[in-house]
Amino acid sequence: MGVRLEVNGRSIEAEKGETILSALNRHGMHVPTICSMKDLSPSGACRMCVVEVEGSENLVPSCSFPIEGPMKIMTHSPRVLRARKTNVELLLSNHPDDCLYCERNGSCELQSLSEDLNIRERRIPGKKSPHKIDKSSPAIIRDPSKCILCGRCVRICEEIMATSSLDFAHRGNELKISTTLAKPLNYSNCTSCGQCLVACPTGALIEHVQFPELEAHIHAPGKLVVAQYSSAVAVSVAELLGYKPGTDLSGIINAVLRRYGFDKVFETSFGADLMIMEQARIYQDRKKDGQDLPLITSSCPAWIHYAEQYYPGLLPFLSPLKSPQQMAGALIREWFSRAVKEEGKEIVSVVISSCSAAKTEARRMEMTRSGIPVIDLVLTTRELARMIKLSGLDLERLEPELPDAPFYSTGSAGKLCGVAGGEAEATVRTIYAQTTGTEIPASKLHRFRIHKPYREMTVKARKTEIRMGTVSGLNNAVAVIKELISGRKKLDILEVMACPDGCINGGGQPIPAEEKLIRLRSKAVYDIDNVSNMHVAHGDPLIKDIYREMLKDAGGQLSQDLFYTTYLKREVLL
Amino acid sequence: MQTDKEVLIKLAQQNPSELGPDELGQSASLKKIRVTKALVMVNSSTSGIVAGSMKTWKAIEQYAAERSIDIDLAETGSIGLSSEDPVISVQLPGRTRIFFSRITPEKVPSLLDDIFHQEVPDQHVIGQLLREGQEPWKDVPSLEDIPYFALQSRIVMESCGIIDPFSIEEYIAGGGYRAFLLTIRSYTFSEVCDLVIDSGLRGRSGGGYSTGEKWKAAFLTPSDQKFLVCNAEESDPGAFMDRTLMEGDPFRLLEGISIAAYAIGSNRAYIYIRSEYKNAIRRINNAIKVLREMGLLGDNILDSGYNLQISLRKGPGAFVCGEETALIASLEGRRGMPSSKPPYPSTSGYLGRPTVVNNVETLSNLPGIIRNGPDWFKGIGTAECPGTKIFSISGRVTLTGLVEVPLGTSFDTIVNKIIGGVGKGRELKALHVGGPSGCMVPVELMDIPVTYETLKEKGLIMGSGGIFVMDDLSCVVNTVSYFMEYMNKQSCGKCIPCREGTRRMAEILGSITRKPADEEGHTTLERFKGVMQLETLAEVMKDTSLCGLGQNAPNPVLSSLKYFRHEYEEHIFDRRCPSNSCTELRSWFIDVDLCTGCSICAKRCPAEAIIGTARHPYFIVQEKCIGCGICHEVCKFTAVYYK
Repeated sequence: MGVRLEVNGRSIEAEKGETILSALNRHGMHVPTICSMKDLSPSGACRMCVVEVEGSENLVPSCSFPIEGPMKIMTHSPRVLRARKTNVELLLSNHPDDCLYCERNGSCELQSLSEDLNIRERRIPGKKSPHKIDKSSPAIIRDPSKCILCGRCVRICEEIMATSSLDFAHRGNELKISTTLAKPLNYSNCTSCGQCLVACPTGALIEHVQFPELEAHIHAPGKLVVAQYSSAVAVSVAELLGYKPGTDLSGIINAVLRRYGFDKVFETSFGADLMIMEQARIYQDRKKDGQDLPLITSSCPAWIHYAEQYYPGLLPFLSPLKSPQQMAGALIREWFSRAVKEEGKEIVSVVISSCSAAKTEARRMEMTRSGIPVIDLVLTTRELARMIKLSGLDLERLEPELPDAPFYSTGSAGKLCGVAGGEAEATVRTIYAQTTGTEIPASKLHRFRIHKPYREMTVKARKTEIRMGTVSGLNNAVAVIKELISGRKKLDILEVMACPDGCINGGGQPIPAEEKLIRLRSKAVYDIDNVSNMHVAHGDPLIKDIYREMLKDAGGQLSQDLFYTTYLKREVLL
Repeated sequence: MQTDKEVLIKLAQQNPSELGPDELGQSASLKKIRVTKALVMVNSSTSGIVAGSMKTWKAIEQYAAERSIDIDLAETGSIGLSSEDPVISVQLPGRTRIFFSRITPEKVPSLLDDIFHQEVPDQHVIGQLLREGQEPWKDVPSLEDIPYFALQSRIVMESCGIIDPFSIEEYIAGGGYRAFLLTIRSYTFSEVCDLVIDSGLRGRSGGGYSTGEKWKAAFLTPSDQKFLVCNAEESDPGAFMDRTLMEGDPFRLLEGISIAAYAIGSNRAYIYIRSEYKNAIRRINNAIKVLREMGLLGDNILDSGYNLQISLRKGPGAFVCGEETALIASLEGRRGMPSSKPPYPSTSGYLGRPTVVNNVETLSNLPGIIRNGPDWFKGIGTAECPGTKIFSISGRVTLTGLVEVPLGTSFDTIVNKIIGGVGKGRELKALHVGGPSGCMVPVELMDIPVTYETLKEKGLIMGSGGIFVMDDLSCVVNTVSYFMEYMNKQSCGKCIPCREGTRRMAEILGSITRKPADEEGHTTLERFKGVMQLETLAEVMKDTSLCGLGQNAPNPVLSSLKYFRHEYEEHIFDRRCPSNSCTELRSWFIDVDLCTGCSICAKRCPAEAIIGTARHPYFIVQEKCIGCGICHEVCKFTAVYYK
């Protein structure tokens, strides 16, 4: 039902029941917000979005105030502006003045708010709360002194990731965001998914930057520095470099990384192709035996962490494979082992990933070979952008280059794993071909690409049916898993991605992660597949080569040795 | 006393005028009007226990045992005079009951000796409770005649301190549960709502919103389940009316809850109570148990087809949980943080269902309203604000305790006439009304009639009804500073203006009342700037805070700046506290003529600021002195004085 609102003297149409903020936004009127986030419950905590409503004694938070009837609203009256300004000043009175040294300098919402509100002096002096920086997690650094207590991390961790690692603790000026019993993050149930990093408006939550270590390796003699990056990185880094969002910068990345000093540049999608090959094999075996189905994917390290904590009973159903970056990493080390021995070189294996959980994953015992981590460093997309800026190269003048042989994919199957549903789709393509001997028409699986957190589809392959499903966002995953456990849902293969929409919305991705940008990233990944000539992993000549020359058989001895991992039940504090 | 369930139910159902002689007699003995042996009642509520009433209890037991006197010793609630505790009352068969104040254990034997010899002791007498069929004591004033009770009209507190809070018999014989039975037998849900709307009852927790309207909103919201929540999270420092009601007359509260739950069509009610209220919890738990056994709670109450369950939930103890949305969050097991309204709890509250949150005092009004009708209720108080309000009075006054007066009574009547004003030789400076987020009321406004509207007109709030009395020895700025620190500690921290605003305000006030590290530089200017900022901060906090806690937090500052600006100025510019209660602003000196050099002050000084040689006058080093005044307290020669 339509309602007329008078906003700043202009009349606009609004729906009954929607919030004032959504009506204003729809009509292109901007009201600043901090605590409000799409898809999360309104909190009404930051009071930035207050507006003046005629007839109301106090200012009204537009983000949570439902429209019931005609209203007269002032969004930028002197009273409103004074209130907003004073509130930001109050925040700043308890905020360190070290923007220049802050990780989020330039992308900080508090910074831009105080800029917008023309705050030019520290008007409200006062004591600042003392805080300790928590650097315990390999992925996330928490600096509570920069926290403005908007609660976005708390809500995203609870409502989207179903983890609730963080919550408010204490009262009054001692209020802080805390883990259970104020333990360091590595003791908590944090899965390192990094959604909180992306949600944080300030520098209170940042990734554990490994960039300086890389510098040291690059310039040290006798080191063979090898990089691999994923398709999700390739389609997202453009946003941070001033390119049109959704541009695939693979070629440029290859060129830059080589000039930066990397000896080899590979693609993680090669690891993904291998994973698809191995996964198809595992699926066939399990289908034949009719046990441990559905096969649940294991490519997402945050999901693995979560399952180990909360669903230990589910571990036998997980695919025993490592994540694509770890599979590629293991293969790279094996491949260069002779060079290492003969030339006395030391391999430094670097992953550039959209995922912050990959940083934690690289520290796992299971990911070592002979006690040495397979991956030395994990950088995020954001760190890659910084590296490219630091390289001083004019990207416009660089010619796109190809990655180094033999570890890149000529096809698009592995690259498809960047979006939620991509891994299931690519795996089913291979399974279908193995079962029927013919390739599945690409269009047949297009229905699987609708934009929904959970989708499922049944593919007929000869006499058998493949019931495939994909779910992203841990809260959605939990719902699906409960259905599976209760038996209300039956699937053969289930892809789980911890982050909503998959790796393209990972914890290491560019900030902000607006829905519009996520869509463009996902479109870019699908476009790679749409224009590709090779849609399946088993058809990729490089994959064929590696199996012929080295691995022999999917599921074979070397494969198991390099690619298989084990899981363990984790006991954590809540 | 064991009485048949049916007899009690029958008593509850009948009009007192229709009772036969047998039943009247039964009712009189149940009400302890007719007793067969001496009855001694001890105030065992928190105020009594704090004053040592349990020791008095033991002394009475011992007294009776030693002399082999058969007495009936019973617990009761507080009569409202907290400063006079331990209060005990004694009733001999056939005689009226006399109330005595401040009965410490050693006073018990002489007091009881006198009474059992049919004599009234000279001291400690408060008054006698005149009831029909009892012979009054000579030369003992009736309770109704002493100033403390004469000007009060006790509706809600009528039985507090008189009946045994563990005895359902006494409650029912006194007219209890007639209202609830009338409600479930004679009225539909919405009729009860209408009746309460008609009575004009308004929420007693501060907002003054019409109770009936709130019910109606919840009643009219379709839902599979509705909830009634009794807000017993009374955390205002200096407010204890809810506690006293729960401890003195728990059945009245439960009857009120039952009526309210019926009115909104709910069969699930919760009492959300502070976990610190152990005494009240014990009484409420007992009352719930007894009512279940009686069949007045549970399924199909007295074959009416109406089911009701009441459960007690202990709050973890936070000021903010008195705010209804925070209370509901806490009840759901989440952190007690308020959420934005709308949606109001009456449409979406506990577990997303329509929920009415009413305060203890509000609910305790209901039995009276139903029993006597809305017109009776409208006859008390003013037209806009009918009924009474309980004020809890503390601070620098002769008597402290509870006062129940009709709304519209002036502060002057409450503070000067009923409670006896400030101590002898002192001068009343201000009242702080409404708890930590209340307002400073200057002497000029003492005559205004106290209603929700008149207070609002003057920019004041009623709050929960706590009155903190200040005389010329109390410092306005220091008091405000204390309240602001309290508000900051109790702020849930969710919204910025409240979390950061209260903190900065407390810091500014602290800089005014505390000693500066150095007087150099621009400290005076900084302090002055601080006060200028107080006003803008206060306005923004009022304008933008999420819940009432933050919106009202600046009240003490705004009202005191309005009426007591001169005190602020004296603190800032002269660096002195007019009432000398800001310790850090006091400068102590030793009179060289009076000092004998005994050295006790130097030994006791916590800051080691006093130096000298024995048997010669000592000297206070001002730079080291923290102004605590211990030297003044310990000096036997009054040689220490302040400027």
